[in-house]
Amino acid sequence: MNVLESPSRTGGPTIWEEMHARGVSRRDFVKFCTWMSAYLGLASSGVADVLKALEKKRRLPVVWLHFQECTCCSESFIRSSHPIVADILLDKVSLDYTETLQAAAGFQAEECLHRTMKESRGEYLLMVEGSVPMAEDGAYCVIGGRSALDIVQEAAAGAKAIVAWGNCACAGCVQAARPNPTMARPIHQVVTGKPIINVQGCPPIAEVMAGVVVYLLTFDRIPQLDALGRPKAFYSRRVHDTCYRRPYYDAGLYVESFDDENARHGYCLYKMGCRGPTTYNSCGVIRWNNGVSYPIQSGHGCIGCSEAGFWDNGPFYQRLASFPGFGIETTADQIGLAVGAAAIAGAAAHAILTNVRKHHEIGEQAGESASLAPPPAVAESDEQAKE
Amino acid sequence: MTPEASPAVQPAAAAPVFRRVYVWELPVRIYHWLNALCVLVLTVTGILIAHPPAFASVTEASFSYWFGINRFIHFATAYVFFFNFAFRIYWGFVGNQFSDWRNFLPLRSAQFRQAGAVLRVDVLQATNRPIDAVGHNSLAYFTYFLMFLVFLFQVISGFAMYASMSKSWFPQLFVWAVPLFGGDFALRQWHYMAMWFFIVFTIVHVYLVFYHDYVEGHGVMSSMVGGWKFVRPDMLKGNGRSWFPLSPRSPRSEQKSAPRRPS
Repeated sequence: MNVLESPSRTGGPTIWEEMHARGVSRRDFVKFCTWMSAYLGLASSGVADVLKALEKKRRLPVVWLHFQECTCCSESFIRSSHPIVADILLDKVSLDYTETLQAAAGFQAEECLHRTMKESRGEYLLMVEGSVPMAEDGAYCVIGGRSALDIVQEAAAGAKAIVAWGNCACAGCVQAARPNPTMARPIHQVVTGKPIINVQGCPPIAEVMAGVVVYLLTFDRIPQLDALGRPKAFYSRRVHDTCYRRPYYDAGLYVESFDDENARHGYCLYKMGCRGPTTYNSCGVIRWNNGVSYPIQSGHGCIGCSEAGFWDNGPFYQRLASFPGFGIETTADQIGLAVGAAAIAGAAAHAILTNVRKHHEIGEQAGESASLAPPPAVAESDEQAKE
Repeated sequence: MTPEASPAVQPAAAAPVFRRVYVWELPVRIYHWLNALCVLVLTVTGILIAHPPAFASVTEASFSYWFGINRFIHFATAYVFFFNFAFRIYWGFVGNQFSDWRNFLPLRSAQFRQAGAVLRVDVLQATNRPIDAVGHNSLAYFTYFLMFLVFLFQVISGFAMYASMSKSWFPQLFVWAVPLFGGDFALRQWHYMAMWFFIVFTIVHVYLVFYHDYVEGHGVMSSMVGGWKFVRPDMLKGNGRSWFPLSPRSPRSEQKSAPRRPS
């Protein structure tokens, strides 16, 4: 396997050399570097950095682990529009272990994994797809007789950095949705002391995944991350901010129901429960399937798949989620209205009760009627009292 | 009615003298009404943001911007709301004893005793002994403390959500709230839920002001306009059941609580 090519050893072809040997022209190589720099939001001078890095650097050893997930992250990645994107990971970095794509099986595969972890200790990148179950001592996800927790903690110990692919690894996704029977946990909750890059989405956009890998190859450092550990280059803006339907939002023109006149006009899907205003991702810019489209462009609201707990924030077709603990589809509005009505009813009842119970205290009191009031003004009598 | 129905009334024939006390200083009153205005504007614009009405429009989107303006008003008012709130906290340290911050923190047993008395007298109406509170009563102070916490939550959650739309440094101070709540969606949900607190609070607050003015006749309602309340002199002396026992401390507040004399 590719272990022999790990950068801890001197010699061996660089990424460019290997690409060249595989028939990639210089022109295509430069185009790829330019393209990637653009995705990463680098200045035009950054193209040279990417180019140089890929020319000079040798392959990066990678261990790619799969736990509780559906492999849609890998699927997204290998369906990336640009052939080099898939190559860069599957061939050009040294993918030493990945359950889905490796040829080795059983003991061979385990041996590969352990050899990489030993020989490239402190240098390999750990990429994880999927969440880690904590219930029943991790019995819900066992590979080669060991629990996911064991495996990820051992692999993380020697890793240079960790890339958590997709919502499962970043936030638990569907497995962690209530009631979370396997007690699924995202990677950042089970691994400490290592830099973790959360590449969010269900799945993440292929170009975003490639961009993160290229960034790590080029600059050899962790990209700028937001407060939830997501690379800012791709997750600093909301889907809403880059949505081509945004002008309809600001103009207050909304689809009221699917297939109505407004939907045909292509108005904003805000009232159909679109999560764009609370979702950070690049769908509006990079889009999907070679930039063909993205959910909103296809007439469906964003479901917020790059945000934690998006399955629990349902139903997807209303702006307000149902409120936990009050049954399905009970929203903050229904609860608020009920409490507000109760407050008004309570006040009315209290007002009636007050007139009954405090009958003697209300209105004119003995000694207080105008005819009996002492002639001097209150302020003056008060002065007298003071002096 | 119970025979001990209104002990306060008995000596009234002899000395029904109510003293005029300057309770709410001008900054407190300005704070109150500005805050009320902000809450009203924020609630209305907030409900519109959550539930924009359907306008059947035939104009191009570029000719209309009402929803954007609505959001702008919400954000701009949020700033006013925040600084007004911050000012009120400051005033809790420099204002008179009725606006003192110590009233709001439920720390002393006397405060709990009075809050319990308010529950019995005003809420459950089990007895008619008057509550001698010149400022707010203890239960009201606690409620306002709770309200301040909701203010704080609305400020934090609101600016945290706003931060991604702003280049200004101020909202960025609150971005830590986003991971705390798991994301913008959850934060928005809680921000919206808290809005209902303001609506319910307003219902109860307005009712109780009517109630206290109606029953006690201390001029609670007008006190937030002119600052003056009308109380029996013994209420100011702290006779065991009086307003929360912070003795009138600064000479300034002494002067203020004395009626102004045209000189």
